[in-house]
Amino acid sequence: MQVLLDNLGTFGRGAWGTVVLFAWSAVGSLVLGTLLACLRVAPSAAMRAAGTAYVNLVRNTPLTLVMFFSVLALPQLQIRFGDSLNTQFRVFAVLALVAYTSCFVCEAIRSGINTVPVGQAEAARAIGLPFGQVLTLVVLPQAFRAVVPPMGNIFIALVKNTSVASAFSNYELISAMRNLIEQNGNAVISILVGITAAYVLLVAVVALAFNRLERAVGVPA
Amino acid sequence: MSDPSAATTPPGAPAQRRPLVRLEHVDKHFGALHVLRDVDLTVAEGEVVVVIGPSGSGKSTLCRTINRLEAIDSGRITIAGEDLPAEGKALAKLRADVGMVFQSFNLFAHKTVRENVTLGPVKVRGVAAAEARRRADELLERVGVASQADKYPAQLSGGQQQRVAIARALAMDPKVMLFDEPTSALDPEMINEVLDVMTGLARSGMTMVVVTHEMGFARRAADRVVFMAEGQVLEDADPETFFTAPEHERAKDFLSKILTH
Repeated sequence: MQVLLDNLGTFGRGAWGTVVLFAWSAVGSLVLGTLLACLRVAPSAAMRAAGTAYVNLVRNTPLTLVMFFSVLALPQLQIRFGDSLNTQFRVFAVLALVAYTSCFVCEAIRSGINTVPVGQAEAARAIGLPFGQVLTLVVLPQAFRAVVPPMGNIFIALVKNTSVASAFSNYELISAMRNLIEQNGNAVISILVGITAAYVLLVAVVALAFNRLERAVGVPA
Repeated sequence: MSDPSAATTPPGAPAQRRPLVRLEHVDKHFGALHVLRDVDLTVAEGEVVVVIGPSGSGKSTLCRTINRLEAIDSGRITIAGEDLPAEGKALAKLRADVGMVFQSFNLFAHKTVRENVTLGPVKVRGVAAAEARRRADELLERVGVASQADKYPAQLSGGQQQRVAIARALAMDPKVMLFDEPTSALDPEMINEVLDVMTGLARSGMTMVVVTHEMGFARRAADRVVFMAEGQVLEDADPETFFTAPEHERAKDFLSKILTH
């Protein structure tokens, strides 16, 4: 364990990288996933088709491939973010994680929407709310409630999926692990255990947050 | 323009009342099922029309076509002389003027009773929150559930929920109220508290279309009773005439089944 204590800086920098990747990707995929879910239940057939096409295309693609598209294809299309290379690669990685994770968020929300009795939307329409407000004021708040447990799973997967970004010039836990192993070949097991513990801790925090959330959004019966 | 509704206005009702809801040659299919067959119906301003009929007769569907919760295949529906718009902003605006009360209440489960009543006025009509709240409390008082204003729907009895649903619809100041079997999901001891509110509403001059099995309410509050069977309007008469001297065998048969117990 001495190797971890001696390299707390490297370790911490890696953990921070993972947290940053996760936080941006979580927010982004929640937003994009919700928008996709709205598309998939929209009254217009074209909007539904667009939502369905996106989800089926991206969800069925390995995350590594999505990452390659983001990192290699976007610059070719003259799409760049920020001046420093570090920022660029971080944004590319977040975009890939958002593109990928939002498909799962969308499907979870859609299943949540299906748990809301159709009468709720009818009553909302009957008082004159337009489609957008039927969703945002009545259906989605109730759908989110049903969605908290599966959403927890998706975000736990997201914490771990950030590790793919290490292969695309992002510094995070796996990058830190590789560094540490290169410098301390005799302490591989300690390093692996340490990195594992870091992931387990991060996931535990996410899981705890979702447990809290599940209780908070419950409606008194 | 001549007014064909004058011919169907029952004796005793003021003939000069303006037609508010009019259905002309309305047809509707659910797949192979022909649920509405060439339905004509006119409801005048201030009139209370009770629609009855055996289950599957299309009476609920009829009620739901009036605010286009069900789209029709052919025919024409007008409200205050204006055609029902297609899906979109115009339709939402029209629905705001047409109150609806459902069999299963459909109160917004994630909102308190008071929020249920203020949501429409605030979001659709742009009423200030404080004013909407004041009006909501007034309406909740009127339907007798003022003390439950801060509770959630699931904490209320069925009868209380349905009365809140009526208050929610009234908060929009609708031109007409549609009731789709409002007491069918209620325990027997709660039916009257809802019917009392509806009777009061009818007396106050509200235009109402009520799909129900409550014959007592039909006798007490209706200006006209419409009897439907197999998607057609078979009878359209004042309650006295309908209950004592129905024309069609189908209506006689229906009445004999429900009035004997």
